[in-house]
Amino acid sequence: MTEEIIQITLSNGMKVLLKEIHTAPLVSSWVWYRVGSRDEVNGRTGISHWVEHMQFKGTPEFPASVLDKAISREGGMWNAMTYLDWTTYFETMPADKIDLGLRLEADRMVNSAFDEQEVGSERMVVISEREGNENEPQFQLGEAVQGAAVRVHAYHHEVIGDMADLHSMTRDDLYEHYRTYYIPNNSIMAVAGDFDTDQMLERIKELFEPIPAGAEPARLARPEPEQKGELRLSVEGPGETTYVQACYRFPNASHADFFPLAVLDSLLAGPSNLNMFGGGISNKTSRLYRALVEKELAVSVSGGAQATIDPFLYSINMTIHPQRKPEDALSALDNEIKRIQDEQVNEDEILRAIKQARAIFAYGSENITNQAFWMGYAEMFADYNWFLSYLDNLAAVTPADVQRVAQQYLLPKSRVVGTYVPNGGEA
Amino acid sequence: MASVRHSLPGADDIHRVELPNGIVLLARANFNSPSVVISAYLHAGGLLDPDEKLGLADFVSSALMRGTQRRDFQKLYDELESVGASFGYNSGTHYAGFGGRSLVEDLPLLLDVMADTLQNPTFPVDQVEKLRAQMLTGLAIRAQDTSDMASLTFDELLYAGHPYSRSDEGWPETVQAITLDDLEEFHRRYYGPRGMVISIVGAVEPEKAVGEVERVLGGWQNEAQEDAPALPEFNPPTKTIQRHHAIAGKSQSDIVMGSHGPKRSDQEYMPASLGNNILGQFGLMGRIGDVVREQSGLAYYAYSHLSAGVGPGAWYVNAGVNPANLEKATELIKQELKRYVDEGITAEELADSQANFVGRLPLSLESNGGVAGSLLNIERFDLGLDYYRQYPDLVNAVTVEDVLETARTYIDPERLVIATAGP
Repeated sequence: MTEEIIQITLSNGMKVLLKEIHTAPLVSSWVWYRVGSRDEVNGRTGISHWVEHMQFKGTPEFPASVLDKAISREGGMWNAMTYLDWTTYFETMPADKIDLGLRLEADRMVNSAFDEQEVGSERMVVISEREGNENEPQFQLGEAVQGAAVRVHAYHHEVIGDMADLHSMTRDDLYEHYRTYYIPNNSIMAVAGDFDTDQMLERIKELFEPIPAGAEPARLARPEPEQKGELRLSVEGPGETTYVQACYRFPNASHADFFPLAVLDSLLAGPSNLNMFGGGISNKTSRLYRALVEKELAVSVSGGAQATIDPFLYSINMTIHPQRKPEDALSALDNEIKRIQDEQVNEDEILRAIKQARAIFAYGSENITNQAFWMGYAEMFADYNWFLSYLDNLAAVTPADVQRVAQQYLLPKSRVVGTYVPNGGEA
Repeated sequence: MASVRHSLPGADDIHRVELPNGIVLLARANFNSPSVVISAYLHAGGLLDPDEKLGLADFVSSALMRGTQRRDFQKLYDELESVGASFGYNSGTHYAGFGGRSLVEDLPLLLDVMADTLQNPTFPVDQVEKLRAQMLTGLAIRAQDTSDMASLTFDELLYAGHPYSRSDEGWPETVQAITLDDLEEFHRRYYGPRGMVISIVGAVEPEKAVGEVERVLGGWQNEAQEDAPALPEFNPPTKTIQRHHAIAGKSQSDIVMGSHGPKRSDQEYMPASLGNNILGQFGLMGRIGDVVREQSGLAYYAYSHLSAGVGPGAWYVNAGVNPANLEKATELIKQELKRYVDEGITAEELADSQANFVGRLPLSLESNGGVAGSLLNIERFDLGLDYYRQYPDLVNAVTVEDVLETARTYIDPERLVIATAGP
């Protein structure tokens, strides 16, 4: 996954990244928009995700029922995702059928109908999606912790939005959001697979260049103030299982500390899976697994951070052992954090983290969809070079760097600790 | 462009060898990425559990990675994770599955861990108890999961009196009842080379891969190994049965409703599979998705699934709905099933799904894991090494009448199993 790629910006400001891969007769095409929950104010939470749903409801040229059938008929896979910083749409198709994916993305960049009745029925679908999330204790806990950890920045709310806003937003709100952010100069196209670059570029220009640029969307500027002390909260709900989530302030992905923190995360909580498609590896030898699960304080532990445009959170999730108390697990967590702050890690541990990342990237390179994903994804918070130099940047991390970032970021005063307290079978 | 046909596995690029001790090996090369996958199974699934010790096969499969004569738990995982490799076991109804992946330079380690954990597990008591606590927590979490509980209830109703009605993961009291001796005895009786199938796909020459496996497992013998018993006869329900499993405090309920389905080896499998695609998969989840999600806005997910394996299959619709809409959604799905068996499908719908089945093959067989799974499928159901190359012809041979006839064989709107879980 280290080959060079072609990068071109069209006359309307849309950036295009192309990478020929001739291992299988497939092409994966992604369009990324720089819009997500970070662009949502109170009263409009969840609007980016709902707009993503509406993008499957059709245009005059491709009505909803035609759209999904056309992709499936050709043996393609397509989907979309909305996140804190971005919304993305992709089609992975047999190589000779990818034109359909390109045409439909160019079409729905401007022509989606947002029919009033469709908005009404999709409102219920999104509410149902949220109700499904609410069934999960870890969603309930995560939402509460995120809301407490981020007070000012729009990363405050879940991508799916608050129920109140899902009930009150209108068709015109959605359509305005669509028209504001779905413009070529706010988007990136990334295509990987079995194609000829010149032909592909020509076709992309033909389809996308006629779409006029729009006004650069205004961005919310509400940086999160410094946290002045630990916050603790609890969420109560059904079940028998106790969960604890501890969230620390974490820098943005383009910050130099991101890489020593990635090594720190790998040592503490096991290597994060870096692929959207393609597997990660197990986590049974990390420091937290040994201190929590092997010592029977928890039955599972995981940790991780997201690569984001603005500073967000590093979260550690523990499922508490049925015979133990959450405070025992938390104090074991604190001991491990203190150890990594007090004692420099071994150089070998860093080499191990690098080898793990190399293996995970190799697994991801088995499929073209994942390779195309990385091209656009890296652009959302940095650029493709961030991905290409990832292993080199890990290799440059020293034991002293790891110790410094552990001391700087993993502080009780800049964390939120949430506990899901089960109330047995009762509602 | 890369050729479609060449990208699919076939007799000319699958290397298949049967070792004298009974292990069948399948290998195919893929040098596009420096990684390798192992995927395998043997006959050691939950079907072999005594009623009072449900979860035993599952417990054994997880415990294999908890320590061997040569490696304790931490050493096993330290060797794997240090090189970014993974290896593990799982258990289903008929089979225990196992496998892993690594960079190709670490394949010898992967094979050594496989051979070691298969043959020399020690079931250390402290590790077994840790595992038991994890399993019990898993069951407590399952008891709160509306989708899992609706599925379990569906199996209990559909397969009443048949071993498929049982939970492979067991229940808290059956997992509590399992002893160390039970684990050791199960391993002794059911883990052995006979009936074991192993596939290896990745950046290694197939002959070399097969030779490596033979080196580590070719000498394995287990004279105590027993065969799995035959399945008893299955009698589908003769009337509609409905049951609700109450879980307090939930904001969404799950519905699992449907009937039995064909075995994977039945002639009806392909028409049922294409029909299922039309019913609840194609596009945004087929006719079911269209009616329940797109038109009514009742659910975020609503689809149908055909589960076809060794024994009698299941054919069901799953949807997650607001508890207030449970009856309405159930009725809508029932009507859709009725329409499906009354009116059948159109030639256009069939052509669409046939094109979908054929067109998506390269995508499903793109990664090493996808190919390794397909090789196991070929062996498990005796499909022939050229199955995926012949697949387009098999798919396109199905007629509208075949689909309708198959639908009527299995789905009777007056004899449905309807399982729901939620508040």
